[in-house]
Amino acid sequence: MSELQTEMRQEHQPLLEVTDLRTHFRTERGLVRAVDGVSLTLERGKCLGIVGESGSGKTVLSRSLMGLLPSSNTVTSGSVKFEGKEILGLPSKQMRRLWGREMSMVFQNPMTSLNPLMKIGQQIAEPLNLHLDMSRADARATAERLLRDVRIPEATRRLDQYPHELSGGMRQRAMIAIALACGPTLLFADEPTTALDVTVQAQILQLIGEQRRDRNMSVVLVTHDLGVVAGHTDEIAVMYGGKLVEKAPTSVLFAHMKMPYTMSLMRSIPKLEDPSHTRLATIPGRPPDLVHPPKGCRFAPRCAYARDKCITEEPPLRQAEDPNHSYACWYPVGSPEFNQREAELNSGAVPVTLEAR
Amino acid sequence: MAGSGTAHLRDGDIVMRVENLVMEFPVGRTGLKVHAVSGISFDVVRGETLGLVGESGCGKSTTGKAMMQIPRPTSGSIKLDGLELTTLGNEELRSARTKMQMIFQDPISSLNPRRIVRDSVREPLDVWGRGSKAEREALVDRVLESVGIDPQRAAESRPHQFSGGQCQRISIARALVLDPTLIICDEPVSALDVSVQAQVINLLEDLKKQYGLTLIFIAHDLAVVKNISDRVAVMYLGKMCEISPSDDLYARPAHPYTRVLIDSIPVPDPSAVLADATTIGEPGSPVTPPSGCRFHPRCQFADDICKSAEPILQDIGNGHFVACHHPLEVPVSIQSR
Repeated sequence: MSELQTEMRQEHQPLLEVTDLRTHFRTERGLVRAVDGVSLTLERGKCLGIVGESGSGKTVLSRSLMGLLPSSNTVTSGSVKFEGKEILGLPSKQMRRLWGREMSMVFQNPMTSLNPLMKIGQQIAEPLNLHLDMSRADARATAERLLRDVRIPEATRRLDQYPHELSGGMRQRAMIAIALACGPTLLFADEPTTALDVTVQAQILQLIGEQRRDRNMSVVLVTHDLGVVAGHTDEIAVMYGGKLVEKAPTSVLFAHMKMPYTMSLMRSIPKLEDPSHTRLATIPGRPPDLVHPPKGCRFAPRCAYARDKCITEEPPLRQAEDPNHSYACWYPVGSPEFNQREAELNSGAVPVTLEAR
Repeated sequence: MAGSGTAHLRDGDIVMRVENLVMEFPVGRTGLKVHAVSGISFDVVRGETLGLVGESGCGKSTTGKAMMQIPRPTSGSIKLDGLELTTLGNEELRSARTKMQMIFQDPISSLNPRRIVRDSVREPLDVWGRGSKAEREALVDRVLESVGIDPQRAAESRPHQFSGGQCQRISIARALVLDPTLIICDEPVSALDVSVQAQVINLLEDLKKQYGLTLIFIAHDLAVVKNISDRVAVMYLGKMCEISPSDDLYARPAHPYTRVLIDSIPVPDPSAVLADATTIGEPGSPVTPPSGCRFHPRCQFADDICKSAEPILQDIGNGHFVACHHPLEVPVSIQSR
């Protein structure tokens, strides 16, 4: 096969292909089903947003894909193909060849993820030495260029500073520089802006977007905030209780959300246009216990639109009008049953959750 | 402003009045000082919620703590229900503090991990010896129920057995047991998921009515602050930029910095046009704050006067005040000309 053909084949193959991934943890209480049958694909150069509350499994999902979970108490099954090669369950010795060069991660808290005793320049140079065998001088020059790329002012001076000398926003930029150092094809960003001010958040999200376009890199953006993913992703996957409950291209999802859970998440965001003291919509209750998840739809106990079928039968992921849009719900937004319940709720005729009914 | 001035202070039933508050901290033995808060003034009327917003380092948390006198301010006046706190002796201050309570950002680390939750909530009552033992227990039950925590479960569990949102509810209960006049909430929802955030905001609104509270709500997210507040004060590098009834602040932001904060809020709408974030920049150093208007190095409208003269808060109508040489809205003093 000629080089050109090989290249073309790679263009058509998704960068990441996940099939029925399950990550379970053995604990004293029993098996925690943190990720329970997730399938998705990610094209080269695209940005996928993974959205969900704490405990929905979004962080465990991204760490499973990176192979960053402890092996001692983790049970994984399913398949994760990166550029067509199976990588699930590879020993970390082999994963190490992928880390940095092929895939890397930006973590939530830059203060605890950077080494406080190591200068910024050294921390960026480390993967360059390790993965690319770069000389010290080259690595330092590259580190300086990377700091400029992520728009850290006075890059030369910053190389010799320690993390505590940088502001929170700059630390997160330095984290991104480290993650980008070896030119990965896939970047995981796990709540990269949650610890930051809104102004810095806007800058960091824009920076990740620019770097993605410049480097034709794929990005997985993990967050609990639908507002964050709206302007910065091509596709969104909503997770609940370890499962994917809705998946669609970003514009389709916001225009035609099907899952009552996605809608509830959306409604709980305070909106600037609303007058002050507007009552916020909330989702009652808590995410399910993943040792003993509910039998039917995992969201049913908290869902205002749930009916008996939702408690007993688990809804499969099915396709919506748009072929790229799928959701797991028996009575999706816009269905006759949904509309009927919506009218009842608005008139105050029924209690909000099934448990209370 | 970043500017000073007291034109916006009101008369009436004022619960908390802060005037020309200055908080400075020494930087090691260098002789330099961190100018955390540099002369801000505001007041809160009984039953009102005042939002304090700004980026990290703008002095909003320092201001919150200064009201509690932790530590005592460098200069300025802080009055709770007309009582000057800055000159009070330690014992009088301790008793005055029962009228003000604070709720912190990280709900899990602000509760003692080794204590039964119910004991943490009851402790303020024990310290002050309020009522008989039975009365205290009954009050703790009532308060826990009003924040949506099962008193029975609280009597058996420690903080790690609760979620972040539940721990924040417990912190709120602990703040409520002494029947305070004023509660200062320092970023109470920024560590929580959006769905839980909405629950806690609704809870604070309910409790405010039920207990007749006055709130000071400190946060960096303007959308959250707007929802809960009657008035909002925008701070930048230890100075006050703008203070206004919250709906008016969003309808016509007058300070360029307020505009930046509003434009930075992520909108849950993929078709919304994103403002270019590259020009936003970061706050300067509070050790060597910029001259004149402290916001001028980041401001697109800044000119020579902004570098040399500090703007003073001026009225732009409707109880809305701005400290800016080139406000986006016309001041009343010019309107009338």
